[in-house]
Amino acid sequence: MLKVERLHHSYGKAEILKNIDLGVERGEVFVTIGPTGSGKTTLLRLLGLLERPTSGHIYFDGHLVNNSERQRLEIRRRMAMVSQKPAVFNASVFENVAYGLKIRKENGASMRNKVMNALETVGLSGYERRDARTLSGGETQRVALARAMVIEPELLLLDEPTANLDPVSTSHIEKLVTEVIKKSDMTVLMSTHDMYQGQRLAHRMGVLIGGEMMQTGDPREVFSLPQSRKIAEFVGVENMLGGVIASNEEGIVDIKIDGAVVEAISNLGVGEQVYACVRPEEITLARTKESTSARNSFSGEITRIVLFGPLARIELDCGFLLVALITKRSAEEMNLQTGNRVYASFKATGVHVIKG
Amino acid sequence: MHAIADAFVLAVKMIFTGDPDVYGITARTLEISLSSTVIGALLFVPLGCLIYFNNFRGKRLLISIIQTCYSLPTVFVGLLVFLVFSRAGPLGIFGIMFTPQVMVIGQVVLIGPIVIGLTISALSGVSPAIRETAISLGASRFQSVWTVLKEARFAVLTAVMVGFGRAISEVGLALMVGGNIRGYTRVLTTAISLETGKGEVALSLALGFILVALALIVTVLANRFLKVKEADVAQSRAPTS
Repeated sequence: MLKVERLHHSYGKAEILKNIDLGVERGEVFVTIGPTGSGKTTLLRLLGLLERPTSGHIYFDGHLVNNSERQRLEIRRRMAMVSQKPAVFNASVFENVAYGLKIRKENGASMRNKVMNALETVGLSGYERRDARTLSGGETQRVALARAMVIEPELLLLDEPTANLDPVSTSHIEKLVTEVIKKSDMTVLMSTHDMYQGQRLAHRMGVLIGGEMMQTGDPREVFSLPQSRKIAEFVGVENMLGGVIASNEEGIVDIKIDGAVVEAISNLGVGEQVYACVRPEEITLARTKESTSARNSFSGEITRIVLFGPLARIELDCGFLLVALITKRSAEEMNLQTGNRVYASFKATGVHVIKG
Repeated sequence: MHAIADAFVLAVKMIFTGDPDVYGITARTLEISLSSTVIGALLFVPLGCLIYFNNFRGKRLLISIIQTCYSLPTVFVGLLVFLVFSRAGPLGIFGIMFTPQVMVIGQVVLIGPIVIGLTISALSGVSPAIRETAISLGASRFQSVWTVLKEARFAVLTAVMVGFGRAISEVGLALMVGGNIRGYTRVLTTAISLETGKGEVALSLALGFILVALALIVTVLANRFLKVKEADVAQSRAPTS
């Protein structure tokens, strides 16, 4: 559906995108995640043909996008884009949603039908006569989504559609996107700085950091097996313990970290500088030292407990900082308090080793 | 003091009894000024768009020059038009000197900078995101420009009205190229200046009132449009289909 080859883009001397290669299949939801300023918006603007890349090629549906204004318009009419802070036209909600159809010269009755359907889908039935500029942020975003969907684009580009919204509106928009994706064979390319959102919505995701596509793959892979420290940091691997491989016996390595030793699986050789990444949810806590199959067990003092939703995030001082994520219920049952001494264990297979 | 009061009464009488002189001149004035405003709007709003939406060398300089021309003296424009259209001038063969036509041409030239300049400011008041949104929803170049123009509609209308205000109230150009010929090129401003010179204060006053009234109507309308812009909310139109 969409293919990108060696895409470069600079504004003046600032290189925003570097050598991006990307392929998105028809019907796929591809989510680009990356911190603010990593080039996500620029990438979408290039793919939405709002700007021309400094160099590189974009193929849409097998056709190379060239510089002819006519071809660009033709292709642009097969896609739609929703920006992070959508602008609405100074007109009614109806007129806003109808815009794309009007410029495609859709006839009145079918246009009305489509607009009404789109408004119903986004939950804004009855809003058609409202001035679009008086809507709240969430409503505006829904109008923008309806306005893009009503065109029935083959490719829908969403640039951080929930970046400026409250949690309720965010989950509403996410639900809508999921529904739309299910109902149609629309290809969706979305960007977000919210890695969990990426995980919830993506079939495949790409991590864009500093203008480079660092890793692409299915979300689980990106989250559990980040290929570099930067990615690991971004995808929220909270426990990244820097150390040196002290021994490697048939793939089982001992990593020396601040006096402690972590056992893990890796094919890296002795002496390599590495990071042992442990996801907080991989760590189990116990009051007493129990015998378990988990190869790694450290005693530490609880320095902080933060509750959020059904979960409790527990920070431990084991000589190095370790963060564990357990359910609130189990924290209550164990009666965990700051200052308590507990044992934190995780399996050797729960450690993901990346080169430092 | 007495004479002025008398003249005032007479003036009011002339207005309300439908004095043919007063109304003839008013009609001619409106005819000429409205023509020049409509022609000016049709020429200069698109020209303003062209300048705003294209990037070229010297664009800033051009805009500065246009803004400087807001206060172009009417007699100077009159002089230029005179030189061009007088018998010996380059366009003298048309023989339209001292006709309403040449007055319209002169007024179009006069209001040009204002309409172009204010159209440009009107367009720059619209967020660039509007045009991008239009383009991302599949608008062609022309459609996207039209969309931005529609967003700026009230400010553009104001630009046109300011142009009308300048056209109807100027006297130097009308006098120089129109010649103030009775029943032909005589307009409110030229009539006032002539009648006052002749001592016909009542007629001058009556004409002056009408001129002020017209200016007032234009201002009120312009303001209403601006207010509509703010209060567009309540009256957002019913879906058209």
